[in-house]
Formats: sequence, C-alpha cells, structure tokens
Amino acid sequence: MSFVKMTASTLAIAAVSATAAVARDQVQVAGSSTVLPYASIVAEAFGENFDFPTPVVESGGSSAGLKRFCEGVGENTIDIANASRAIRDKEIKACADAGVTDIIEVRIGYDGIVFASDINGNSFEFTPVQWYKAVSKQVVVDGALVDNPYTMWNEVDPALPAQEIQAYVPGTKHGTREVFEDKVILAGCEETGDFDVYKAANGDDKKAAEKACIALRTDGRSVDIDGDYTETLARIESNKDGIGVFGLAFYENNTDKLQVATMSGITPSTESISTGEYPVSRPLFFYVKKAHIGVIPGVKEFAEFFVSDEVAGPDGPLAEYGLVADPELAKTQEAVAAEATMGGNS
Amino acid sequence: MTDLSQTPASGDTPMPKKQGQSLLELSDRTKRRNAAETRFKAYGIGAIAIGLLMLLVLVTTIFSKGIGAFQQTFVTLQVELLESKLDKTGNRDIDDIKKVTTFGYAPIIRGAVETKVNALGIDTPLKAKDMAGILSKDAAATLREYVVSHPDQIGETVEFRFLAQSRVDGYLKGRVSRDSIANDKNISAAQLDLVDALIEADVVEKTFNMAFILGSDASDARPEAAGMGVSMLGSLFMMLVVLALALPIGVAASIYLEEFAPQNWLTDIIEVNISNLAAVPSIVFGILGLAVFINYMHLPSSAPLVGGLVLTLMTLPTIIISTRASLKAVPPSIRDAALGVGASRMQSVFHHVLPLAAPGILTGTIIGLAQALGETAPLLLIGMVGFIASNAPDSIASGLLSPNSAMPAQIYEWAKRADPAFYERAWGGIIILLVFLITMNTLAVILRRRFERRW
Repeated sequence: MSFVKMTASTLAIAAVSATAAVARDQVQVAGSSTVLPYASIVAEAFGENFDFPTPVVESGGSSAGLKRFCEGVGENTIDIANASRAIRDKEIKACADAGVTDIIEVRIGYDGIVFASDINGNSFEFTPVQWYKAVSKQVVVDGALVDNPYTMWNEVDPALPAQEIQAYVPGTKHGTREVFEDKVILAGCEETGDFDVYKAANGDDKKAAEKACIALRTDGRSVDIDGDYTETLARIESNKDGIGVFGLAFYENNTDKLQVATMSGITPSTESISTGEYPVSRPLFFYVKKAHIGVIPGVKEFAEFFVSDEVAGPDGPLAEYGLVADPELAKTQEAVAAEATMGGNS
Repeated sequence: MTDLSQTPASGDTPMPKKQGQSLLELSDRTKRRNAAETRFKAYGIGAIAIGLLMLLVLVTTIFSKGIGAFQQTFVTLQVELLESKLDKTGNRDIDDIKKVTTFGYAPIIRGAVETKVNALGIDTPLKAKDMAGILSKDAAATLREYVVSHPDQIGETVEFRFLAQSRVDGYLKGRVSRDSIANDKNISAAQLDLVDALIEADVVEKTFNMAFILGSDASDARPEAAGMGVSMLGSLFMMLVVLALALPIGVAASIYLEEFAPQNWLTDIIEVNISNLAAVPSIVFGILGLAVFINYMHLPSSAPLVGGLVLTLMTLPTIIISTRASLKAVPPSIRDAALGVGASRMQSVFHHVLPLAAPGILTGTIIGLAQALGETAPLLLIGMVGFIASNAPDSIASGLLSPNSAMPAQIYEWAKRADPAFYERAWGGIIILLVFLITMNTLAVILRRRFERRW
C-alpha cells in the first residue's frame, strides 16, 4: 500500500511541478482537414531535416482551427491555422479582439474538388447546371419556383444516365462546402437564369437570392457529410447510386474504388486545375501568428520550409500527393521571408 | 409429499391430487411447464450462439484485415554514400552534413536502385526516378539519419533495408492488383514488373515489421512508415496519471463513505451522484476537460497529462463503486473483532478491512483502467487526434506534457486518412489495443481468483 501511495504522490508532484517548468518547443498547427495531409507531410520532413522537433498538426476543420488561432497570443495557443478558405473579416476581428493583430497569410497552392462515383457504375459528365437542378431545394419550372421534383439524373438532363439522384456533399462545417456552393450550385443557378426568378421572389435582394439558390434539398437525395472523405467513400460503397464530392488527392489515392466525373467537359487533374480549365478548385492557406515568431522555436522556419520550392513546388512532395502548385509561389516565399502581415502593416 | 425429510407441516397436508392419476404420468399442465422450460433453454442457447457468432465475425474481421500491418515489404540495397553529394567541403563537419536535406539524398537512392537493377540484369523501360518510385519516401529520411549519426561512413558503400512504398507493399499483400492500379498515378504496371523481378532476386521481401509496434506516426505520404509506438507511450503516460490520481482519490473516498461517513441525506446525495457520474457519456468529460484544464487552467493541449486528468474523472466512479462493493463484502465481524481488542476505527480499516478488500479494489481499478485505455471520445476534444504522435518523449516530464496521441485516437486518425494502406494499419492497431485490453482483463480475473476470500 505504501509503495502505491509513494508512487502516486511522487507522480502527482512531478506532474504539477513539470507543468510550470517546461516551455513549449514545438510548433502547433490546427485546422482544415483538407490541409492536414499536406501539413503533416511538411511537418514530417521539417522534423527530419531541422533540429526542431516535428510540429504537431491537429485537424478539426477550417473554422474550428481559425477559432483556436484567434483565442489569443501565448504559449498555450496554436501558432498556425490551416484553412481551406480565406480568413473572414469576422474572424480577423475576433482575432484582433483577442490580441492577435499581426497575421501572416500564406497561400500554399490549389486543391481541386471532384465528383466521383462507384468505379463499376455509370460514368458522368456533369455541368454546374445539372448539379444545381439535381440538388437545389427549389427549381424553376415553367417560370415558377417549385420544390425540386427530380428523382433521376436523366430527368435533370436527358444526356445523363438513368440513375437515382443521390448526392453526398460536404457538411457546412467544411471549407469545401463553400466552394461547392459558389462554383457549382450558384454558378448553375445563374447560368439557368433561375437566379433572376429568385431575385424577383426575394424583392430584388441579391444576398437573399444567393442564399435561396444554394439551399440544398432536404428530402434525402442530397446528404450532408460532416465527417471526412472516408465517410463519403463508405456511403458510396454501400449505395452504388451515390455520387460524392471529394478532394482531388483523396480521389487519387482511391482510384480502385472511384471513378471521377468531368465538369463542363474537363477531367480534373493537377494540370487542368493549375491552368484554370477545371472550374471547381480553391486556394489553400495557412495563417501564422507573427507574435509567435521568435518565441516558439521553428515557427518561421516551418512556414518558410512549407512554401519552399523543394516542398510546395511542382515537383515537390505536396504536388506528388495531389496539391496543385501555386504559380506565384515565389511571391509567397518573399512575403513569408519578410513576415508581411495581412493589411500590409509589417 | 414423498420427501420425508421435509418439514412436518408440509408432510401433514398432502397436495390435492386428481383421482386416478399416476405420478409417473405427466399432466397437461406439467407438460406445458416442461415445454416452456425447454423452450427457454433453447432461447438461452440461441442467445449465446448469436453472441459467439458475432464475436467470431468481429475477431475474424479484425484479424484478417489487421494482420497485414504486422508485415512490411522491404527492399535491400547497397548505397554508396557519395562524398560529392553529402559533404561537399569534405571536412566532415556535422553542420555542413546536416545542411543536405532529405531532398538532396534522393539522387543517391535513385543511383543505388539503378545500380542494383543493372547489376541484376533486369530489363525495364523505367527511368531511374520511376525505379526509385517503388521505395518509400521514408528511405531518404532513413539514409540521412544514418549519415548524420555516422559521418565517418561517407564515401563508403553501406547496405540498407528500405521500406517499399505502400502500393508495392499492397501488391505483395494482395491488396493491390494489376487491375486496381489502372487509374492509379502512384504506381504503374512497369513498376510492378520490376517488383516481380526484384522479388525473384530476393531484393524485395516481406518480413515482420517491428516498426509498426514501436515506431511513430507518419504523414499521409508514407503510410508504410507509420507505427503505434509513440501513441502507445501516450496511452501509458495517461494510464500512469489515471492510476496515480484515480486510485488514491477513489479509495479514500470510498473508505470514508463506507466506513466513517454518517448515513444521512448528504451522503445519500453523494452516493446517487457517484452512480450518475458512472453513466455520464465520456464525451462530456472531454468538453469539461477542454473548458477546465486547457482553457481555464492553461495546461498544454494535446498533452497526455490532460488526457489522463480527463480519464481520471471518467474512471473515478468505476473505482469508487467497485471499492465500496469490496469493502462491503468484508464481514462486519472482522471490524467488530478489531474494535473489540481495542483498535481504533482507522486501525481496523487499514490493518484489517482494506487488506481483505484489496483484491476487489485492484480488480476494479484494472477494469477501470482498461475502460479508460480504450476511450476515444474525450481525447478528440482535447486535441489528441491528428498528426501528433511523431516525437517519442525523452523524459517523464515531456512524456506527460509534450503533445502525444493515444492508441484509440491513433486508430481513429488512421481510419480516416485517404490512403487505403492506413486502413490496414487501423485494423492492426485494433489488434494491439485488443491485446492490451485482454491482458488487463485477464490479469483482473486472475488476481480475483487468486486472492479473493469468501466467508
């Protein structure tokens, strides 16, 4: 008994005293689960090549990451937030309120969003209009807004195969959702001319019309996936009619189970995305707290290493994994080296 | 009625019996009762059979999917550590050697693969870069680590066993086939031809993979290098914290409640709340941990210390309940005897009751720990999921405070990564976790069997 007591109290004392003594010596990163694989590849290589410990990368989503990023300055806040979308004004304000004023925005490259279905099923050639018609909550039929009546893809467009509409789209906490809404649904909505009908129905309010456009149907034909792409893949494996929204890198790792659909006639690939031909892509970012540079060892070195040609360039490991390299990488490198913050007040 | 040894009262009044019916002949009612009993037995056996079947399905699935993770494909190569690439100055200054990054090591590996393929006389249309593509990206890191720790070896030829990349590994394990790689840009059919030829030459082989059990997590680009070791240490440190806190606190609380506390409404409320606490979903403790330990007390996030504190909260009720049960099981005569010969109440508890209750307490603690070991939900909230388990802790303090993952969190993390090779490792991780859980539960059973006393 006394032995147990001894060990217990020693450990407790050690734990408490150690808390105060040890300063953080590794970079902490959190945020977008889309950026997570890239960040972990860089973190691993960083740990191997530098004398700093391997940075820690947590996932949780762009919004969750930026929220933690904006909690304040100090050792127990994260140094870098990954995001699959640009930081919002609201978030910049929240950051400033908590004392995080100097933020360095770093664009690491582009990521394609692809539409993929079961490898043994029908193949698809989509356009944004078809997606808008298939998954929007309301569509315009004979000049009037009605609840989405379509159940089969060939009802939406006779060119598509006769297959039940079953879409798995990313949930609203994902940055991918925003891109899907903007570049596919809203684009389709505007292209069909339905946008004007929405606008008229909403009393000429453009914002409200946009919101109405991107509202998705809730009758089960479009399912929000709040988990990761693995969950979307599992859904498609169990329902062969399903069509899911994935990141390009995820698709490229699972080509034995998925076939990719073209969008507006373009097959998604790193090439077609970097030339801008493939329409559904978005930039990926990370945000660095300038106040932590020089305080937490390795923050700046990690950021510089992340955007170096060897890592983020077209032949680097990130491009190999599925990132579309940024043609303006050199500019980004300069900005990181100069610690240029957002708003230009470096 | 026929049993003479029964009490006289029942013997005096024999059961009313229908006229002319033999005892040996079963009445309809008896038949129905017997049939009901037989049916009930059948249901019971059926229930057990279903349970066993489920278990069998579960265990076979886990083992068939996960056993592959314990083997890994390796490629044996002789690498010439070229001075011109690795140490241009030639003065073996460690700082200069360290300036060459893993990217600088790629040409050396490329050269080594090409030399090997040419030496074996294998005919392949591949360029050197694609030949080296069958190796893991971990190879450059292995090589650099070796050179940095053995700078004197530069200029010589050293034999290395490099990991093969996950697709090649999958090909040897049957997960990847020539059909499935049709659209795969990570590997080509020509590379598989090369692998086939190298297997012939015993250069590529599949062997037991210790690194899966002892190694650290790896990034998404190299699933073949990922291991459970560091997250196992994370779990170990968490369990130490749980043991160090939950055992003394739990035992002290239960001794007080059971032996000293007066029976009144206050202790009743405490008792009810402890039972309620045991039923609280573990994710709630995670939210609590995030709010109290990280946001308020400013303990480092992702640290096993915080994980341990959260799991302590979760384990406490289990330990208190089992400790109280085993204290209750000690007969009052023991206490009375001790008090009767003049022992104080504390002496009677610590000298007599507690030692007798110890096996039960120990069993409860081990089961509580096993429960905590397999817990994932609270760890999600305190930041122990992600690419975390990459640095092995170098001291007890860093083990408690540096970010780390835990076994179940690591499994969860692997299961959601894109590369299918991680999926196999997730199942492999489940096997390791199960081994720990079964060992702990067996230990609990053995301890109970060995030390339990009955009165």
